[in-house]
Amino acid sequence: MIRALAVFLAWIALASAGAAQSVQAPVALDVIRGDTLPRNLSAFRFFTDGIGQSPNARVIGYDLNTPLFSDYAVKQRFAFVPQGQTIRYTDQGVLDFPVGSALIKSFGYPADFRDLDSPVRWIETRVLLRRESGWVALPYIWNEDGTEAVLARAGRRLPASWIDAAGETQAISYRVPNQNQCKGCHDRGNELSLIGPQARNLNTGTRLAQWVDWGFLDRAPADAPRLPVWDDEQDGSLAERARAYLDVNCAHCHNRDGPASNSGLFLQYEEADSVARGILKRPVAAGRGSGNLAFDIAPGDPDRSILLFRMETDDPGIAMPELGRSLLHREAIALIRRYIAEMPRPGTAGEFRGAELRGRR
Amino acid sequence: MKILAAATLALLASTSAFAATHIVEAGDGAQERLQEALIEAQPGDTVQIGEGRFALTDGLSLDVAGVTVQGAGADATILDFTDQQGAGEGLLVTADDVVLTGFAVENSAGDGIKSKEADRIVYRGLRVEWTGGPAETNGAYGIYPVESEDVLVENSIVSGASDAGIYVGQSDRIVVRHNIVRNNVAGIEIENSFNADVYENMVTQNTGGILVFDLPNLPQMGGHSVRVFRNMIQDNNTPNFAPAGNIVASVPAGTGVMIMANRNVHVFENAFDQNGTSNVMIVSYTQAFDDPSYNPLPRAVFLENNAHGNAGYAPDFEGGEQLATAVGGQLPPILWDGTGEAILSNDEAVVLSLGLTAAGQSVAEAQPQPVDLHTDDIPEQPEAVSLPMDMEPADQ
Repeated sequence: MIRALAVFLAWIALASAGAAQSVQAPVALDVIRGDTLPRNLSAFRFFTDGIGQSPNARVIGYDLNTPLFSDYAVKQRFAFVPQGQTIRYTDQGVLDFPVGSALIKSFGYPADFRDLDSPVRWIETRVLLRRESGWVALPYIWNEDGTEAVLARAGRRLPASWIDAAGETQAISYRVPNQNQCKGCHDRGNELSLIGPQARNLNTGTRLAQWVDWGFLDRAPADAPRLPVWDDEQDGSLAERARAYLDVNCAHCHNRDGPASNSGLFLQYEEADSVARGILKRPVAAGRGSGNLAFDIAPGDPDRSILLFRMETDDPGIAMPELGRSLLHREAIALIRRYIAEMPRPGTAGEFRGAELRGRR
Repeated sequence: MKILAAATLALLASTSAFAATHIVEAGDGAQERLQEALIEAQPGDTVQIGEGRFALTDGLSLDVAGVTVQGAGADATILDFTDQQGAGEGLLVTADDVVLTGFAVENSAGDGIKSKEADRIVYRGLRVEWTGGPAETNGAYGIYPVESEDVLVENSIVSGASDAGIYVGQSDRIVVRHNIVRNNVAGIEIENSFNADVYENMVTQNTGGILVFDLPNLPQMGGHSVRVFRNMIQDNNTPNFAPAGNIVASVPAGTGVMIMANRNVHVFENAFDQNGTSNVMIVSYTQAFDDPSYNPLPRAVFLENNAHGNAGYAPDFEGGEQLATAVGGQLPPILWDGTGEAILSNDEAVVLSLGLTAAGQSVAEAQPQPVDLHTDDIPEQPEAVSLPMDMEPADQ
């Protein structure tokens, strides 16, 4: 009996040591770098808890100055970089992550946006894995009790509801994208690529230096570019904030190497050609997306601008972006409306092109 | 030699052993099952879609090269997007060497089937239709390959598109043949593209039959070398139902073929009849543009051996009626705005020139008169488009 108890105690000790070890086991670098598509998100060990909240070692949380709008979902972003390796800094475009890195982004809704302590119901977590062959994008859907997320390569529609900031109940059919739709946005010249983690969108003034201190980033120039916070009126001019919003929400497709390259509408923050930016540009393959209007942006006339028209609708045949938006982004509509309204009308103020670039207030 | 043959046989055997067929039948969860098959397919595989109606709520997409998507026939396998809630098109293809055959796409919210940067794509025996007939609320394009090299669209039916039924944009080496396009704003449109053969299509009841256009401010411009031949182009008088702002919204109802701002376009051996504005219209791009590399003029256009039935009896553009009255009650079958260079016609039909001299000039300044564009110095045809052999149907 005593002997049996001793064996039992030893087993307990072993088991708990095993449990402790599994809690502390590092991120599964071999799974990130391998060629399998794990069925469960937990296989990566990005988190030490089941629910995707507590990051494992070398998994750091971050946010962006100006994020992509996704039907008011709250997002939690993490990056993982293997021990002993660093991200390579680049001025332009996205940072260069070493093989074995991963980006992890969860989407969910708090029950009540007015209450900061309101629990978040996480719907999905999308991971981007940096393999030898390039980036791989995988969508995982959380189970009801939030203990595990399971791979759903074909995507899914799920009901989501919440009480919004104004106290209104919102309910939508939330679309988890399929694996191809991931590429639909994360596509540069037919290669899967990152969108968010650009130096300028990560640059809070202090973060890049912090990442260097932590051994995540190789360097952080003092003059690194910085994208303004789109909804902070103290941060940058109206035009700068509007163009930051359009860059992040549109330019992943609307750039010269992106899925909307054939449209001729290019909305990167640094785009210099005013017609390419939409100003007095006629639609090309817009169909009923044109809304019977002649120009993408009619300077000084938001109500005659296709760009705003397509932000102001939830009709899937017209709405932009094509993916991930079934609700109107009211605050952004207000920003873009003001941005276009304050552009001098052609003929009334002559050099409308240069003036707009300089960002008037 | 024997060893080589054996090795080749072994290689062939192994390839076919690896090519899998993914069968998807109609029923519950069709959206997810079909999309999963399109994701899991490997190069060389076939995704076979069963008979019946597939009720879909979101766009489908294929991003694996060398996959064949095959239905049981354009009337038997129906991808029904009537309740589509998301995505800009019914089916999106973004990989090379894909064959789409034997199914229908109905009532997609945006475009029907789009392929982008998808070289050597084959659209064969498909039907893309908005079943409620012409309506501004229909999607823009039915079959929509763009930014691709080697494009084949054949034996397909497209109906109800609020822009173009078959639209090929910013592409190179294109064959569009043996299709039926009706009840679209534009039946077939070749835009900002190089080297296209459009032949033996039935083009009827559209607003405009076949458009060959070039537009400014686009990554690929300078459209050229297009042959439009042996098509039946009749009764294209459907009132224009394109949303304004789009270039096709300016196409008059009753247009057979319209050539705008393109170079080296030959139109021959077509049968035209009952196109109320004009059988053939040759014009420059008239809107203001800011793009120094763009040429708005038509150049090197040649018409030959076309059969011209009745045309010009209901001109659908401003001043058209007065113009018709001035020239004897009815416009001749061929209209030219007067701009561009080397515009020639050996057709046995009168050409009316508006006598304009520059792109964008007001029609109010027109000095219309019949012109003789006949030439004895027959210009050389654009070279026939030859596609890679394995794009051709196996049984021909």
